[in-house]
Amino acid sequence: MRPWPRYDPTGDTTAARIVPPDGPIYDRGMVRVSFTPNLRRHLPCPSLDASGGTVGEVLAQVFVQQPRLKGYVLDDQARLRRHVTVYLNSRKADLAAPVASGDEVYVMQALSGG
Amino acid sequence: MARRLMAATRKGLFILERQGESWQIARSAFLGDPVSLAMSDPRDGRLYAALKLGHFGVKLHTSEDEGATWQEVACPAFPPAEGENGPSVLEIWALEPGRQPGELWAGTIGGGLFHSTDGAESWQLVDALWNHPLRSNWLGGGNEAPGIHSICVDPENPQHLTLAVSCGGVWQSQDGGASWRPTSEGIYAEFMPPERRDDPSIQDVHRLVQCPARPSALWAQHHNGVFHSTDAGESWQEVTAIKPSKFGFGVAVHPEDPERAWFVPAVKDECRIPVDGAVVVARTTNGGRSFEVQREGLPQRHAYDLVLRHGLAIDGTGQWLAIGSTCGHLWLSGDQGSRWQMAAGHLPPIYALSFAGA
Repeated sequence: MRPWPRYDPTGDTTAARIVPPDGPIYDRGMVRVSFTPNLRRHLPCPSLDASGGTVGEVLAQVFVQQPRLKGYVLDDQARLRRHVTVYLNSRKADLAAPVASGDEVYVMQALSGG
Repeated sequence: MARRLMAATRKGLFILERQGESWQIARSAFLGDPVSLAMSDPRDGRLYAALKLGHFGVKLHTSEDEGATWQEVACPAFPPAEGENGPSVLEIWALEPGRQPGELWAGTIGGGLFHSTDGAESWQLVDALWNHPLRSNWLGGGNEAPGIHSICVDPENPQHLTLAVSCGGVWQSQDGGASWRPTSEGIYAEFMPPERRDDPSIQDVHRLVQCPARPSALWAQHHNGVFHSTDAGESWQEVTAIKPSKFGFGVAVHPEDPERAWFVPAVKDECRIPVDGAVVVARTTNGGRSFEVQREGLPQRHAYDLVLRHGLAIDGTGQWLAIGSTCGHLWLSGDQGSRWQMAAGHLPPIYALSFAGA
């Protein structure tokens, strides 16, 4: 596998991007996906490995294995819920963010409410 | 007579049981999670609880053992839409049993009416209402999107549905949801521009109830007053005798006497506290020509309890009434509101009350 720069060289801090100099390459290796412990109050969601070219594709594969989880993470239109945040490795990411083999995706709740 | 009362609150569901004239909390569920609504299906005794999780969205759970255990079932959801602004269900705001086995109707904040024919194993958006050209007139009433909070299934004709929308007025279908029309004639919105004052599709009805024994009798608590219909919602008359104020959210009608109804008035609009800091219930027994203000057992000084639209409930016999407030106070009356007793005083803010086992 060719070496990847880890993050968007433009310094975008709002979404993690793995962007090689000649454009994104979609790597369908395994990605570790973990969930906030707060989700475990509602349904089982152990960490697991999934594959895909983007965060959204990886999560879609997780939802095939655990269909109930989808409605907790995504809204009716398959958008990330407003108060759910995804980190790709150590950076906040959106569903379109490309992932590479060995990356880790963390599904967290935003800190809000009372 | 009711033996169980469900209180849906900001921090869980509380199920009270009656021993004689006394009510005690028997069990709780979903502690810490907002429960927007609870419903007991009189056909099979199943309980339903609608959750509005702050981070993880709207969920629906059901219990077949009187609330001892709960299972998650399918939740109403909008089908995929084109563009970036497709709708999502933000809250289940009405849940009513239909007449066919397994049939349920759900109204949502987001504006969708949903229909299940399999006991909430699946839901279908009622397209005829969602695609009605006048639906685009609906406004959010205190929420970021319009919501269907009241669903009346005609006991004599289950194809006849009557809904109320905040803010969208009263809507009716005579064919089980295949076609719809707004029926708000006589209801007016004094807060709208004059040319839209009588527009049937923007009325801010806060709550709508139908008398089970006389389905043509409907009562509505509206943003700027109380309205009554005796012709199944074809026309509405304002009830001006309501006191101590005409603003409020909840309304209950006696299951057999269509002229007997209860309201919980408050100071209008943004203020939304009891008049003079006194919690009262207003009852009419003559179709709204006059009201008596019921105070016995309710706090009369420095009480700032607001009773939301689903926070006033009546049981299937019409004998027991319950009100629950945003301050977590729950009062019950076993004599149609003449005297009240506090059953719980430290609950989370109460969203909705529902009797079971009538």
